Amino acid sequence: MATITVERKPLSFLERTYIPNIVAGLTTTFKRMIKPTETLQYPEQRPAIPLGYRGVPTLVNDPHGREKCVSCQLCEFVCPPKAIRITPGEIADDEPNAHVEKRPKAFEIDMLRCIYCGLCQEVCPEEAIFLQNQYSMTGFTRAEMVNDKDRLYELGGTLPDQHYKWDKKKSAAEAASHGGHH
Amino acid sequence: MFDFYFDLPLWFRLVLQGTIVILVLFPLAAACSMAERKISAWIQGRPGPNRTIPPFLAWIPGINIIRNLGLFQLAADGGKFTFKEDPVPGNVNKFYFILAPILAMIPALSTISFVPFGAYFKTLADGTRELTPIILANTDVGLLAVFAVSSLGVYALILAGWASNSKYPFLGGVRASAQLISYELSMTLSILPIFLWINAPGGEGTLSLFNVVQTQSQVGFLGGMWYIFLMPVSALVFLVALFAETNRQPFDMPESESDLVGGFHTEYGAFKWSLFFVAEYAHMIVGSGIFCLLFLGGWNPLPWVSLADLVNFGAGFLPIIAAPLVMGLLAITLFLLKVGFFIFFFMWVRWTLPRFRYDQVMNLGWKKLLPLSIANLIFYAVAIAVKDLYFPNL
Repeated sequence: MATITVERKPLSFLERTYIPNIVAGLTTTFKRMIKPTETLQYPEQRPAIPLGYRGVPTLVNDPHGREKCVSCQLCEFVCPPKAIRITPGEIADDEPNAHVEKRPKAFEIDMLRCIYCGLCQEVCPEEAIFLQNQYSMTGFTRAEMVNDKDRLYELGGTLPDQHYKWDKKKSAAEAASHGGHH
Repeated sequence: MFDFYFDLPLWFRLVLQGTIVILVLFPLAAACSMAERKISAWIQGRPGPNRTIPPFLAWIPGINIIRNLGLFQLAADGGKFTFKEDPVPGNVNKFYFILAPILAMIPALSTISFVPFGAYFKTLADGTRELTPIILANTDVGLLAVFAVSSLGVYALILAGWASNSKYPFLGGVRASAQLISYELSMTLSILPIFLWINAPGGEGTLSLFNVVQTQSQVGFLGGMWYIFLMPVSALVFLVALFAETNRQPFDMPESESDLVGGFHTEYGAFKWSLFFVAEYAHMIVGSGIFCLLFLGGWNPLPWVSLADLVNFGAGFLPIIAAPLVMGLLAITLFLLKVGFFIFFFMWVRWTLPRFRYDQVMNLGWKKLLPLSIANLIFYAVAIAVKDLYFPNL
């Protein structure tokens, strides 16, 4: 095995007095001192949120204003800390969204339990639940920390949709009933 | 203009002067704690305390400058230390436990009496002008008195460590005594060359600090030279010993936050704790003041330019500069600027150097600084003798 012998030079007299190194250190700290600070003045300045940030989980509408959640409860079952509770509800036949399977009657996320893991977003077949940019979640009571359905839609807003899955399904079903295949 | 003042009884004037000096020194020492926080913050790339402001003052335009400097935070801290509960632990020796912070304050505030902080021209009865120091007690023992009183400060630390009746404070107290005794020797030896230099044999000897500044304000190359250029080794040894004597990093053995919790003040809280710290900062201020007087020409603006030169030059344009009050304030400002730089230097070094281990502190004190200061003393004793014998007119 090749061995490299490193020659350890004895310290020179000047080095043993520490003084050159102390001066070098003082120069470094002084340069640091006159540099602008790195601090973000938080409540006035807000951090830039990187793409793919996992903030507070929210429910979203599609651009037509339809709530996307169909209360399949996959997120409820996958949620590791069991923070999500969904009460499924029917959609009446006379409603414009009657072609959609179901919708949640109540949807609650307990933010004291949520661990921001993002599994709910990953598992959702309807792309209805998203962990968006909100990073600050505070409240004075435990009840305040539970986001109900209205609050979840308010936080989520509307996100663009590429599929319009239920509209396609509806027009396909209509085409089939008029005799075409599919 | 101020004749009525000099008609007052002497004791009353002395009490008044002493009170005023303490009323300046105490808040100045307290303000050092904010300076410490701000400078440490800046060196670490943070802004430091900059949020506190009483809401009823927030409307004043430009007040944010004071707010950003953390001065309201300082007031809040002071208020907190004054009013918070001050518990005395059950197993301490109560009398000495309470005595210790008081003992820490007394030497810290009394050493200032021997430190001149400015000078002015006093017109004598025959019309000539004499440079007079602004000082509480212009005694001939001067520096000796400062050393004698300031070394009493260590008793407060030992007492605090012992009275706390607990392991860490005790270790801190023991370390404090060992460290301060070791470094006092080299500190005293390092300044002897100055007094060998200024006290010519046969003449009247003095240890007065005012006299030290006067000898740095003479005419000529050697006369106007600050002693830091004439005796750099003395200045270095004195400065290092000063760091040790004021328990500053890298010599913070009595406190040893990293291995002794808080050292001698572990059991202290609230106002008593803050007294220890005001005392430490007061020591720093007085110590930096003495360094400036001994090695940096006191209130002289530049080497080879004395305060008298500056005032005589300035009075050519603006005669009021030579007035005692203006000249005194000018001298005090120049002196405080130098002291302020050293306070900054203390804090700057704190965030630059890692702290020494206990054995390294002892090694440096006994094996490096003490021989160095003795060699320095012998060198200057010989050099001054040679100069006096062969080059008396240099």
